[in-house]
Amino acid sequence: MPAQAVSPPSPALTKVANIFNPHSGPAELILEPTYLVLLVSLGIFLIVTGLLVYIVIKFRQRSPEDPLTEPPQIYGSYNIELAWTVIPCLVVFVLVLVSARTIVEIQDAPMPENALKIRVVGHQWWWEVHYPDLGIVTANEIHVPTGSEDGTRRPTHITLESADVIHSFWVPQLAGKTDLVPNRINHTWIEPVSPGVFLGNCAEYCGTQHANMLLRVIAQSPEDFAQWVVTQQKAPSIPTEPLATQGRRNFYALSCVNCHKIESTPAEGVFGPDLTKFATRQTLGSGVAPRTPETLRAWLANPASLKPGCYMPDMQLSPQQIDALVAYLETLN
Amino acid sequence: MRLWPTLRLSINPKIMANDTIFNANDQRPELEPVGYETGSLTGVFQELVFTVDHKKLGLMYIGSALLFFVVAGLLASLMRIQLAIPGNTFLPPDVFNQSFTMHGTTMVFLVGMPMAFGFANYLVPLMIGARDMAFPRLNAFGFWVFFFSGFLLYFSYIGAPGLYAAGSAPDVGWFAYSPLTSSAFSRGHSTDYWTLSLMLGGIGSVATAINILVTVFCLRCPGMTLGKLPVFVWCMLVMAFLVILAVPCLSACQIMITLDRYLGAKFFDTQAGGDAVLWQHFFWIFGHPEVYILIMPAFAITSEIIPVFSRKPIFGYPVMVAAVISIAFISLGVWAHHMFCVGMVSLANAFFVTSTLLVAIPTGIKIFNWLATMHGGKLRFELPLIFCIAFLFQFLIAGLTGVMLAVAPFDWQLSDSYFVVAHFHYILIGGLLFTIFAGIYYWYPKALGKMPHFKLGLYHFAFFTIGFHLTFLPQHFLGFLGMPRRIYTYQAERGWDEWNLISTIGVAFQAVGIVFFVANLIYSFRRGKKAGDDPWDAWSLEWTTTSPPPEYNFATLPVVKSRRPLWDAKHPDDPDWKHE
Repeated sequence: MPAQAVSPPSPALTKVANIFNPHSGPAELILEPTYLVLLVSLGIFLIVTGLLVYIVIKFRQRSPEDPLTEPPQIYGSYNIELAWTVIPCLVVFVLVLVSARTIVEIQDAPMPENALKIRVVGHQWWWEVHYPDLGIVTANEIHVPTGSEDGTRRPTHITLESADVIHSFWVPQLAGKTDLVPNRINHTWIEPVSPGVFLGNCAEYCGTQHANMLLRVIAQSPEDFAQWVVTQQKAPSIPTEPLATQGRRNFYALSCVNCHKIESTPAEGVFGPDLTKFATRQTLGSGVAPRTPETLRAWLANPASLKPGCYMPDMQLSPQQIDALVAYLETLN
Repeated sequence: MRLWPTLRLSINPKIMANDTIFNANDQRPELEPVGYETGSLTGVFQELVFTVDHKKLGLMYIGSALLFFVVAGLLASLMRIQLAIPGNTFLPPDVFNQSFTMHGTTMVFLVGMPMAFGFANYLVPLMIGARDMAFPRLNAFGFWVFFFSGFLLYFSYIGAPGLYAAGSAPDVGWFAYSPLTSSAFSRGHSTDYWTLSLMLGGIGSVATAINILVTVFCLRCPGMTLGKLPVFVWCMLVMAFLVILAVPCLSACQIMITLDRYLGAKFFDTQAGGDAVLWQHFFWIFGHPEVYILIMPAFAITSEIIPVFSRKPIFGYPVMVAAVISIAFISLGVWAHHMFCVGMVSLANAFFVTSTLLVAIPTGIKIFNWLATMHGGKLRFELPLIFCIAFLFQFLIAGLTGVMLAVAPFDWQLSDSYFVVAHFHYILIGGLLFTIFAGIYYWYPKALGKMPHFKLGLYHFAFFTIGFHLTFLPQHFLGFLGMPRRIYTYQAERGWDEWNLISTIGVAFQAVGIVFFVANLIYSFRRGKKAGDDPWDAWSLEWTTTSPPPEYNFATLPVVKSRRPLWDAKHPDDPDWKHE
């Protein structure tokens, strides 16, 4: 496919988003207090469970015939109470300090001058991604650079907004959650250490298709990322193949343009994802299916068959129209 | 033995509660016969509808809570079936979303709170030596308001969009984050059913809480100072305070949503400049104390059962009471730990980390005091104690995962993930529900006069405990693997498949456990051994009267000198009041 010839090969996909296997700054910083609190909890768990088991075995009533003499009645001891008040206080004190340090390290981290700035807008049920300094608009898949091999950092600073209800940005291996709240601008940052594709989800219930509001972050080496930027910035070429030309005509004649945008064409819709470079994406429907001609055909025939309840209507297209549209959309790379 | 016929409406319940005319058995007045037949089905029905007796209302609360529990459990089972395998199509997304909304709302407002009120209603007057609650009619009002608020909520399934279309239950989640509830995103009337039924239920809850408060403060029997209240009554008192402080906030929230939806008030309507985070603050100012409202009965029941079955008084009574009060107090200042991800400034995050971790200190004290009560005792492994020991173990895990989630950076990863689902189910099922079972087995002989069947109870325990851990333990790992909560489906190979399947299998075990539980309740009622007044050899006042207690509870109002009046009576040589 011509798409492969232009874009660099995609890095390996990690499907299991284990928080103990972080690949970026904030997620790594979070791991330290996580291990500490897990360790402290494990300690307390073992001590208390040990005591419970010991007491249950040691002080069980030996036999039902055991004459009903009552054990010694003990009403309490302020010294013991003091001990098990003070020790937890100390544990809490340590946890507060460690948490506070990590909170500040992550939340108030200074961003270097060269940080890539991205604006992510949550929609019911997809992600709109802007690169304001690069003039790129895409959706659902966020391309970011890793640091370069000479040790130069290049974190990505993400501004989070919402167009409708509250969503939450969560790519477990890269950073903890930050909500996308309408009327409010939130921030987060990621700094992948090595190339890879990382999966995430919307983590705040946002309506019918909350489950399929999936997200992927594609971390690329600085060179590959630069190449991706060049691809994205190119104006879309006008297809020459007859079927694709027919599809292009359909795209403008049908209602597609009301919701979707294709750069430097009359398609100026803003309700749905920007399709300028649709064929460079790996998935469709915010990650509900991989982008192949077959899934695209199913999607165009009836979006609700893949994502019931989504806002893209069934356009009642004929099979010929669908074939043409698929051919056209596949040229958008 | 029933000394009197059923309750007369002709008797002013206030007189029954306050007056001392029934001081001796021979002074009991002859009563007018009631206006309805006793014994027949209609008679029973009339009795239930007209009663203002705290014991009947208590049992009605517990009975309806169990009914709603079964419904909520069925909803949960449907969700677990849907999630058993990736990409399942058993439930469509909207039905799934309605199911978790109704499950959560039902468990909190129609199971947890009524259960607490049921136990408080039945036991508080008996434990403090009173003849009824302070306001018996208000008590009946509270129950019926709760009961019909439940019906109103469930009526949404057939009535929500109006008479001309199919119904739809609320689907905004039990904490209904705005602006999902605004008229733009929640069309139809399902959200209105949710707001109205909670508003209605709130009225009943506050009425009952005021009643508990006044009862404890005004109707204690001679000698029962606040320092001699059973820990159970202390916990219920604190719960009543929390209800009065927290539930009106919820009602205010519901009024604001309704104004938003119908009068264009725009408190939370972000499209018109409203604030979505404001709702979260308001809701959790109610919602976090609510969690402690729900767990108070667990503390209450455990603090009664562990001493009796260990044959020792509760260890460190004043510290236990202080711990309950301080937990309640701190709980009023921790709400924003539900909101670490909304983008508060780092100082606010650090503040709520601190206040939340402080809860761990009194909670730890309680666990250690329960252990110390058992230490050196003679543990009798009857059903109530078995469930309470499981509670201690599970509550410990829940408390520790709570400490983890209080650490904001950890919460950034695991908030709104399945780890949180596991955490609060360990609290509310592993903690609260296990003690509710313990409490039901413990007071069953008092309320119905028959002993619960031990073997059936043991099967109930075994199946339910295994099922509980199978279902909820794997959900911790799902959180670590990045599975968000409230998703109706997921794709294969994300590391979630096996854990979800195990979790669903666990539900089947829990269901079998519940079948044994219900079987036990029915079997023991019909065939159970006669219990007698005091089958567990216990020490609080409810065991001094008959099983079931007569309408007026005590023929002669008791006079107490210590926290364990029956211990004093059974051990005149070494009474408690010498040591307190």
